[in-house]
Amino acid sequence: MIQFKAILIRVTKEILRDKRTLALMLLAPILILTLMNLVFNSSTDTKLKIGVADNVPSKIIQSLPSSKVTIHHYPNSLNRAKKIQSDNLDAFVGRSKNKLEITNENEDPTKSSQVKSIFANALLVSKIKELSLILKKTSLQTSTKQTSSNLKIKNLYLYGNSNSTFFDKVFPILIGFFVFFFVFLISGIALIRERTSGTLDRLLATPIRRSQLVLGYLAGYGLFAVLQTLLIVLFAIYVLKVAIVGNLLLVLLTNILVALVALVIGLFVSTFANSEFQMMQFIPIIVVPQVFFSGIIPLDTMAHWVRFISYLLPLSYAGNALTAVMIKGQGLGVITNDWLILLVFLFIFTFLNIIGLKRYRKV
Amino acid sequence: MAKSNHTIASISHISKSFGSKKVLSNITINICEGQILGLIGPSGSGKTTTIKCLLGMERADTGLATIFGQKMPNRQILERIGYMGQTDALYENLTALENLTFFGNLMGISGAELTSTIDKNMALVNLTDSLHQIVANFSGGMKRRLSLAIALLANPDLIILDEPTVGIDPSLRLDIWTQLRTLAIAQKAIIVTTHVMDEAEKCDLVGLIINGEIFALGTPSELKEKFHATSIEEVFLKAEVSSK
Ligand SMILES: Nc1ncnc2c1ncn2[C@@H]1O[C@H](COP(=O)(O)OP(=O)(O)OP(=O)(O)O)[C@@H](O)[C@H]1O
Ligand SMILES: [Mg+2]
Repeated sequence: MIQFKAILIRVTKEILRDKRTLALMLLAPILILTLMNLVFNSSTDTKLKIGVADNVPSKIIQSLPSSKVTIHHYPNSLNRAKKIQSDNLDAFVGRSKNKLEITNENEDPTKSSQVKSIFANALLVSKIKELSLILKKTSLQTSTKQTSSNLKIKNLYLYGNSNSTFFDKVFPILIGFFVFFFVFLISGIALIRERTSGTLDRLLATPIRRSQLVLGYLAGYGLFAVLQTLLIVLFAIYVLKVAIVGNLLLVLLTNILVALVALVIGLFVSTFANSEFQMMQFIPIIVVPQVFFSGIIPLDTMAHWVRFISYLLPLSYAGNALTAVMIKGQGLGVITNDWLILLVFLFIFTFLNIIGLKRYRKV
Repeated sequence: MAKSNHTIASISHISKSFGSKKVLSNITINICEGQILGLIGPSGSGKTTTIKCLLGMERADTGLATIFGQKMPNRQILERIGYMGQTDALYENLTALENLTFFGNLMGISGAELTSTIDKNMALVNLTDSLHQIVANFSGGMKRRLSLAIALLANPDLIILDEPTVGIDPSLRLDIWTQLRTLAIAQKAIIVTTHVMDEAEKCDLVGLIINGEIFALGTPSELKEKFHATSIEEVFLKAEVSSK
């Protein structure tokens, strides 16, 4: 027990002494989150700028939602491409015979598809208007009362509200990612330093158990992961005003679990690296793929076998659990499975690390 | 010289290869309590590897290593061994005291016992004034001395020092050897590797390792007689020539 405590105290002291690493762990995530928040939340709805030739039926133009588009009128017979370029239009609409021709700038494909759906709607609306006119006439003739109720759409949201942005969606996953990334990197590098400086040999020339060494590391870095998570979450709630629906304690516990998994994976991977730089080379292999599969990009649209990969990556379970708690306000019942699987990762890699230290001492 | 026939550590017929490269072949050495064994030999001849095989840090391909009658590797036995590696193996971000406390705790000592042994050993290596200094600010020799103090911390019965006096000035080197002799008289067994032939003269037993083989093993005077030399230095040079 005294050995375990010694490791814990030493790891803690080393992190506290190393101001740069400490700053990296605590301030870097906050900086990145702030930047991301700015980027994603500033995307206020800009209006589409659409040029319209004068031979397009005004009925259709009137049906375009004025909150979404600004209309610029042009005489027909024009070089559309030139107009789009010179007046910075998003699209230009003209008519040839009974066809509407929409020329999209298509620099931003999402705008093109917006234009498409707006016009599809507009056509529909103008058709319905015609229909209802006909209906009115016929109902007058048959003198049955038709209350053509004026339908409007009201949006209701299961999670979040109409102000929910992409940032709100990815924020829980990002928290999990930061905890994973920094703990992975720092713990891995710590063990490499321990190996290259010879202190690992010296450690293992004492009667310490290999398990005490690994568990001491777990406890020490676990402590900082708690600190890091607290800081990130509180910063997000009080400064970035991110709404967290569920239980904060569950968020913390999940992140501690993530940190421990990152730690044991970091320690494990570091045995395959001979220098700190080689440890960095594992980032594109171990860390980056986890981002893709953690839920930032929707998985439902992926092929079945691709989705299967996500089952092998701890961050996808972390993302799942954190999203469930922070956005959906779900509780222990929903995330127990994710926790269990993270625990399995934790146990497997802890075990592998304890075995792996046999490379440096045979008992 | 206090000599008894009580064996502390023994290596018998140990061979070791790294990949296809044979590093040790058929090494056999015995060390008794009260003895200082000096391992000398050209750079890369296998001194450090011999020590690591004895401690169980490397697995020998064949052969047997025992310490205190127990087959190595054995974790419990390590409690009674003080080891100082060829690298300083210190935590640079921590102070000398923090390093000492950490390794002391790992050896299972704490409290007043730890404090008194820290004081004693830091005085021995003449570092008492630097106890609270961060190790990163130490000179090379200071780091080496601190590393030595750590190895001696737990009052071990077997002391294994891999080039302990590199970068240490002559007068302090002399002090350290005086202290090693005192420990030997107190029935400790000491294994030292060195490239300093003066130090080899001070050992009770000298093992000359060349190309992973024990080229010669005996007291300094035995070796000098065998090679018709006047100093261990001459023995070393003659042996190196004749091994080629
Ligand atoms: N982990 C290893 N992998 C491969 N080869 C190794 C390893 N450790 C040592 N060697 C090789 O084994 C040989 C003996 O090395 P060792 O460190 O025992 O030499 P040494 O006698 O201690 O030398 P020095 O006096 O320079 O410290 C060297 O040729 C070295 O290259
Ligand atoms: Mg060596």
